[in-house]
Amino acid sequence: MASMETKRKISTIVIHIVLVLISITMMVPFLWMILTSFKSVTEATAINPFVIFPKVWRTEAFTAVLNNMNFLMLYKNTFLLIFFRVLCAVLTATMAGYAFGRLHFKGRDFCFALVLFQMMVPVQIFIIPQYLMISKMGMLNTIFALVFPGMVTAFGTFLLRQGYMGLPNDLEEAARLDGCNIGQTFLYIMAPLTRSSMVALGIFTAVFAFKDLMWPMIVNTDKDMLVLSSALAKMQGQYVAKFPELMAASLIACVPMIIIYVIFQKQFIEGIATSGGKL
Amino acid sequence: MDKKRKLAGTSRERSEFLWGWLFILPTMAGLIILNLIPIFQTIYQSFFKTGDFGRGNIFVGLDNYVKVFGNKEVWQALINTLKYAIVEVPFSIAIALVLAVLLNRKMRGRSVYRTIIFLPMVAAPAAVAMVWRWLFNSDFGLINNLFHIHVKWISDPKIAVFSIAVIGVWSILGYNMVLFLSGLQEIPHDYYEAAEIDGATGVKSFFYITVPLLSPTIFFVLVTRVISSLQVFDLIYMVIDKTNPALEKTQSLVYLFYKYAFINKNMGYGATIVVLLLVLTMILTVFQMIGQKKWVFYN
Repeated sequence: MASMETKRKISTIVIHIVLVLISITMMVPFLWMILTSFKSVTEATAINPFVIFPKVWRTEAFTAVLNNMNFLMLYKNTFLLIFFRVLCAVLTATMAGYAFGRLHFKGRDFCFALVLFQMMVPVQIFIIPQYLMISKMGMLNTIFALVFPGMVTAFGTFLLRQGYMGLPNDLEEAARLDGCNIGQTFLYIMAPLTRSSMVALGIFTAVFAFKDLMWPMIVNTDKDMLVLSSALAKMQGQYVAKFPELMAASLIACVPMIIIYVIFQKQFIEGIATSGGKL
Repeated sequence: MDKKRKLAGTSRERSEFLWGWLFILPTMAGLIILNLIPIFQTIYQSFFKTGDFGRGNIFVGLDNYVKVFGNKEVWQALINTLKYAIVEVPFSIAIALVLAVLLNRKMRGRSVYRTIIFLPMVAAPAAVAMVWRWLFNSDFGLINNLFHIHVKWISDPKIAVFSIAVIGVWSILGYNMVLFLSGLQEIPHDYYEAAEIDGATGVKSFFYITVPLLSPTIFFVLVTRVISSLQVFDLIYMVIDKTNPALEKTQSLVYLFYKYAFINKNMGYGATIVVLLLVLTMILTVFQMIGQKKWVFYN
């Protein structure tokens, strides 16, 4: 029995060593981003000897990028993109998910098949026509253009439908006996019960809106209408060998989302797990 | 009595019909305008050529397809995309699976590990690509200087696409792991206890219990990873400059789509490339659907 105990202890230690090594590998790019951003260009490109920690923690790179790029505006544009995409996705998917999951009506299954079909198609196939629509509307370089492809969501509709299907029948019955019509039942009884699916969809939508690069690059080319990701892509061409400044800008772009993530990490991970796993 | 009930039934039916359509209307209208019609428009567009100065559409029949199939650049991009997927998909799944199994127990620091491994998911790919490009820098990069080597990670045409796949694995590992972790929680603990009594522990129980019981989740992750790895764009666009000698050997199908449709402004040619991607995606998905019967267990 004692050998079993030691065996278990050894295996726990081995597991911890593996996990610590993996965690360090995962952190290195972030740490290197931070360390480089506080160096001077000479220090960052010194190889003989190679410098890991900056001798003096300089903030020149941060002042330079903050002077050259309007981060306040980039944060604002990115926030509006995320906010409206989340709002639209959660609203439309909550309604449609309820209808697909709980109501019986003619045409339902056909419409739901269309929803499923769109989830399997590569998104790039929508981009040219969506761009032409925005362009014809004269809406290039607007927040509306950024939000446009995400106003409705096939994936979210599916996710919320799964959420509604998991709810028991008796609540709905009781509400109906109490004289609630379908709209009231949905609004007061059923929708509040799928809050966790809504949160999952909201987080999923927010993360992917934040990470979107191609669409913002295509529709918003004006300097004042960029978002964080497209602004980083644009700056890379202009700051070729200024590594500390590139890293400082990347850091400034990533920090808000990372802070939100660390605070709400449980919701983030559960949100991704439920939304990803239910597909 | 019977009549009354029937009447109530039909009025219920009618109201379900009305409310149902009211609720799905915004979503369906949006999906039809934003996604469904565009699928056909893109296919239609692939038979046209954009005129000079981006003006007008000229019908060219199957010309774009003939050009795409005769274009070495497109074939090379197809190969690059597949090379990327062949590295990214298996490694990101295998490593994530092992990590999920290691983390699927009560242990100290569990949520810290989970938080750190998932962290790349919330970073902007543009920033991720920039820092990896800096790590991979052949003269001043951390990797070469730490190990005293001089590998041209991202400018050697032979290895650049694999270096990008490494970034891809690093970025997606946490996501796959979280999906596996939630799948693992559904496996009853008794199975492992029964196996332990029969003498199966560690590696054995991983292959005989965990993998088969988790196979629906593994299959789901596999299908979605294949689909999205075929759409790789951000990392290549950010890591490989237009002057990089490895560009030809790294650009993916979606990269070419972006280049032709939005830089060279030839929407028709871009549309043709994306139709090719659609066909490729469907073929690979169908193969996986057929293949799953051999190894996925649903109970």
